[in-house]
Amino acid sequence: MSTAALNLKKITEEYACDAERLKRRVIICAGTGCVSNGALKVFDAFAAEMAAAGLNFIPELKPESGSGTYVSKSGCQGFCQMGPLVTIEPEGILYTKVKPRDVPEIVKTTLVEGGIVDRLLYQDLVDGRHCHGTQDIPFYTRQARTVLKSCGIINPEDIREYIAGGGYEAAMRAYKEMTPQSVCEEIMHSGLRGRGGGGFPAGRKWDITRKEPGPKKYVICNGDEGDPGAFMDRSVMEGNPHSVLEGIMIAARAIGADEAYVYVRAEYPLAVQRVRKAVQDAQSLGILGENIFGTGHSLTCHVMEGAGAFVCGEETALIASMEGKRGMPLPKPPFPAQSGFCGKPTVINNVETLASIPIIMQMGAAAFRKLGTEASPGTKTFALTGHVANTGLIEVPFGTTLREIVNNIGGGVTDDNGNLTGGGFKAVQIGGPSGGCLTEENLDLPLDFDSLKSVGAMVGSGGLVVMNKETCMVKIARFFMQFTQNESCGKCVLCREGTKQMLSLLDDIIEGRGTEETLDLLDRVARAVQKGSLCGLGKTAPNPILSTMRQFRAEYEAHVYQKRCPAGQCKALLTPEIIAEKCKGCTACARKCPVGAITGAVKEPHKIDPDKCIKCGVCKETCKFNAVTGV
Amino acid sequence: MPQTLKKTTQRLRQFEKVCEILDRYQHDPMKLIPILQAVQDEYRYLPEEVLAYIATSLGLSPARVYGVATFYAHFALEPKGKYIIRLCDGTACHVKKSIPVLDALRERLGLSEEKPTTPDMLFTVETVSCLGACGLAPVMVINDEVHGQMTPEKAVAYIDEIIACEEKK
Repeated sequence: MSTAALNLKKITEEYACDAERLKRRVIICAGTGCVSNGALKVFDAFAAEMAAAGLNFIPELKPESGSGTYVSKSGCQGFCQMGPLVTIEPEGILYTKVKPRDVPEIVKTTLVEGGIVDRLLYQDLVDGRHCHGTQDIPFYTRQARTVLKSCGIINPEDIREYIAGGGYEAAMRAYKEMTPQSVCEEIMHSGLRGRGGGGFPAGRKWDITRKEPGPKKYVICNGDEGDPGAFMDRSVMEGNPHSVLEGIMIAARAIGADEAYVYVRAEYPLAVQRVRKAVQDAQSLGILGENIFGTGHSLTCHVMEGAGAFVCGEETALIASMEGKRGMPLPKPPFPAQSGFCGKPTVINNVETLASIPIIMQMGAAAFRKLGTEASPGTKTFALTGHVANTGLIEVPFGTTLREIVNNIGGGVTDDNGNLTGGGFKAVQIGGPSGGCLTEENLDLPLDFDSLKSVGAMVGSGGLVVMNKETCMVKIARFFMQFTQNESCGKCVLCREGTKQMLSLLDDIIEGRGTEETLDLLDRVARAVQKGSLCGLGKTAPNPILSTMRQFRAEYEAHVYQKRCPAGQCKALLTPEIIAEKCKGCTACARKCPVGAITGAVKEPHKIDPDKCIKCGVCKETCKFNAVTGV
Repeated sequence: MPQTLKKTTQRLRQFEKVCEILDRYQHDPMKLIPILQAVQDEYRYLPEEVLAYIATSLGLSPARVYGVATFYAHFALEPKGKYIIRLCDGTACHVKKSIPVLDALRERLGLSEEKPTTPDMLFTVETVSCLGACGLAPVMVINDEVHGQMTPEKAVAYIDEIIACEEKK
């Protein structure tokens, strides 16, 4: 029996004892989204109002805190659209869009009198009923929050709370009761596949690294979440950093590593800070460091900030970056498992993958397999954004359909002003710049690694951007191409030059210079870049083009042959027209037109001279009668 | 002459900080990126002579250090303005119309993609590919403060507010 084992249990008991004395707990979401909406000011308002009401305000739970209301900050609760979010326990009330001026009422009505402030509750979009909390809000009830379960509830800066919830027990078991081989087997049995994009079985990766000879091995946690439109790793690092650390410890045990690195994207300052604090706290309790759990094994963990390069999400590029070089990928093999950081065997796992590890160890591989589908077990977090009523971070089992995600969890498709539209759905872009688009006909496809691949998309890191009918798919393809062209590291000629050529071909189409050859050439360049690039960035860079060209061929053709943008987004292809029946002849547009292209007598329908028109759109903005179309 | 002397002492003081940073990282060439990050925190950009100095003291070629400094988006070889405005143009922000916000900002400040910083060194406007605050798209960050659900009007109002505030000083 080691002293460390006693410690975990003791910490749990002490924490439970402190928590028992609490009357209530107020959890304020302090994820990046809510903070930018003023969550910290709400926190301060609670401090002031509770003092005024004579209530004991406890900002940090300690043995000497005594009885009162513990007001804690949590990581992202996922429902970013409705932030700042305030949860009140034990009642489980969730208040949305809380402003500092609402706090006096919450303190009086809920904390003092035990009632509910109805106007701050979430109102269901369909039937308008007030939802009490996460237990009856469709956004939450239809999810299966597993990795994100504690995110948004626990205080991410309090290691005691993580331990009290059973944290680090799995790591202790891995070190004390299991062999590296049995840890690898457990993860292999669970069928866990890497959440970073590739979907490679995590257990197998570990096992290969475990079998490599040599005393020095590394574990790297890849937190360089570069996909635009994805923020699940950020949320996990901010909301539950200890779960990532525990995953790292178990990985280190499985492969026999004594040094680990967490590589965090520099755009995520809060995540960097939280992970750093988690490492320090774990070290000071003796969970990390020398002689872990009295087993004689040691593990040091370093945190490194990225410097802003998307390609560093690729494992060999990430290693190059950690070695102080330009982040350029290397040919594989050798795989990092054979020769990685400093030439030593290295396991690189994504944040979400590592955060799933303690959960698997706790629930057991067999129970984990029951979630999700046969070939893709478990749950997946998605960042649901774009033209959808409820944006935020969600977690669903693999095999959930897109319809469920968009219509039920997301609450339906919205127009540009955020209002619900009945039939506005056009497509969902999944997997970021490496992924593809899913359309109406894919709405009932159960999402998993393989089904998405079969329709030319991929899970990627899990960005789900919903697009309405006002979105031009050629422009979306161009947007992603611009991104990959910027981020191409320049090593492979096909990726470096090809992305540039694809971008200018797309510009030709958008600006009305496209010909029959353009589409054909675009297709050929895209396929060449796919074949001739070394790393995932180049290999998948043409995906957004190929996928939109396949699914929205008619839209491309309209741009090329009819010089028309069906969504009305490509300025160069617009021909504004005045609908005679709607025009009242108020002359407002003619007066605003900068080139004098609009003519017509007062109180008579006006006309636009297409030769003079520069398609600036000012006439449409000016017209009060919606008589101008096509801009 | 006194002018030159002043410059020289300035230079020396400049390198003093760099030496401190290099010592902190044990002159380890593997730590080049953290070193450059620390230097940039200090100077707000990477002055050319400092890059050459770092190269020599780490035993690397200046080309290697310059290569790294230009590869990563975070390193700036030009000084930036007092207020760095970063507009997110990630997918979510893009489909929620971040470009009109960018255009409005640039127009208000007389800036363009080629000219990101105002001549009075007050503002730098740049785009980033994703800030991970997609739920609040489109997002604008002024220095480290995140502002969500931006519109061209709101963005310009923030600029006007900062300008008014600076003028008072």
